[in-house]
Amino acid sequence: MHPFAYVAPVTVEEAVAVLDKHGDRARPLAGGTDLLVKTRANVWELDAVVDIKNIPELMTVTVGNDGLSIGAGVPCYQIYENSEVAAGYPCIVDGTDIIGGIQIQSRAALGGNLCNAAPSADGVCPLIVHSAVAHIAGPGGNREVAVEDFCTGPSQTVLKKGELLVSMSMPKPPANFGAAYTRFIPRNEMDIAVAGVAVSLVLDPSGQNFESARIALASVGPVPILATAAGDSLAGKPVNDESIAAAAALARDAASPITDMRGTIEQRRQLIEVLTGRMINKAIERARG
Amino acid sequence: MTTTSPSMVHIKTTVNGQVHELLVPPYMSLLDTLRELIGLTGTKEGCLDGNCGACTVSVNGRIVDSCLVLGAEVDGKEVDTIEGMATPEGLHPLQQAFLEEAALQCGICTPGFLVAAKSLLDNEPSPSEGRIRHWLAGNLCRCTGYDKIVRAVQKASTQ
Repeated sequence: MHPFAYVAPVTVEEAVAVLDKHGDRARPLAGGTDLLVKTRANVWELDAVVDIKNIPELMTVTVGNDGLSIGAGVPCYQIYENSEVAAGYPCIVDGTDIIGGIQIQSRAALGGNLCNAAPSADGVCPLIVHSAVAHIAGPGGNREVAVEDFCTGPSQTVLKKGELLVSMSMPKPPANFGAAYTRFIPRNEMDIAVAGVAVSLVLDPSGQNFESARIALASVGPVPILATAAGDSLAGKPVNDESIAAAAALARDAASPITDMRGTIEQRRQLIEVLTGRMINKAIERARG
Repeated sequence: MTTTSPSMVHIKTTVNGQVHELLVPPYMSLLDTLRELIGLTGTKEGCLDGNCGACTVSVNGRIVDSCLVLGAEVDGKEVDTIEGMATPEGLHPLQQAFLEEAALQCGICTPGFLVAAKSLLDNEPSPSEGRIRHWLAGNLCRCTGYDKIVRAVQKASTQ
């Protein structure tokens, strides 16, 4: 491992300055569950790691009328153990409480899951179906990017030199909203998704018709995929097996998986169809309360 | 490019109730800090990538894989390791139960299992079998097949 310096700034501005100075030879350190593995494996050769856990904005969860905001460095357990998050945003819990085991969840941050930009990231599809926005600070000022546009390839993101992910925020869900995420793995836990699906939807006041839906797919493309056509197909449709099956088939079509050690193209496409149907039904259950 | 060795980091940390003040290389893991600088070799190195849990320690009451924490990060924090479990009066109930239930063979994973199991029982004195298996999913054992470990934790949980 290349020896790196340890920097622990207390403001976003200081962190950005260090990241800007070192360019791609510095990285933010949240939980370290990807960073320390990659530096040890010499995937990244760094001159500095920037521990962001002393920066208040990056370590805060706020739940209110504006919605939910999660600091980029907040570890998974502080998200899924937050009773307001669990009550209002169970899909976010679905993602964060299956990343690694308890030890990993003590450290691994949802913001880190996003910045690591693995196609299989369990935390990202739930953010996408909640229409979450990534708040980025950089040497040229602040900007916002929709989470579905944040990852640009495996381990690649929109972050430019000196930029730091500060938080992810999402609007307060409207009435009759439900969302859910699941993945398929051959073990019970401690595994990486062969395929994953998040669904969010809004029902009409009768609970019998879809008003809108968003469907996002994990581990079946170079980045997490927002399956727009699949989600849009539900708008205005009655809640029944036919419309759910049609959306699941469209989600299957939106998947562009590869065959690797974890699964084949055919298995993954099949999984997307099955999991989409299941998550639509689970989201409906949650929407109906 | 000129290469300069990055500065050592001064930390003050409490390990098993005892304050340690030391200089750590900025890239040194908490695992190596404990083993090599502080001399506590009970915490074991397994996979070095967060899969096996052999290096589990508790930091401010939360279990972590110490291979995926930097020593520099525990400045001002409380670290608890396997060496802090037994007292001069005797073994911790979990350690006694592991012996009685033969919940170990080679023993490399045992400190990690014990620290992880202790953190569960400290917060949930009577967990279900499912809860025990879930909590310990981040600890791998290649000898026992897990059943004996789960039985030992169940035994300790009732004491």
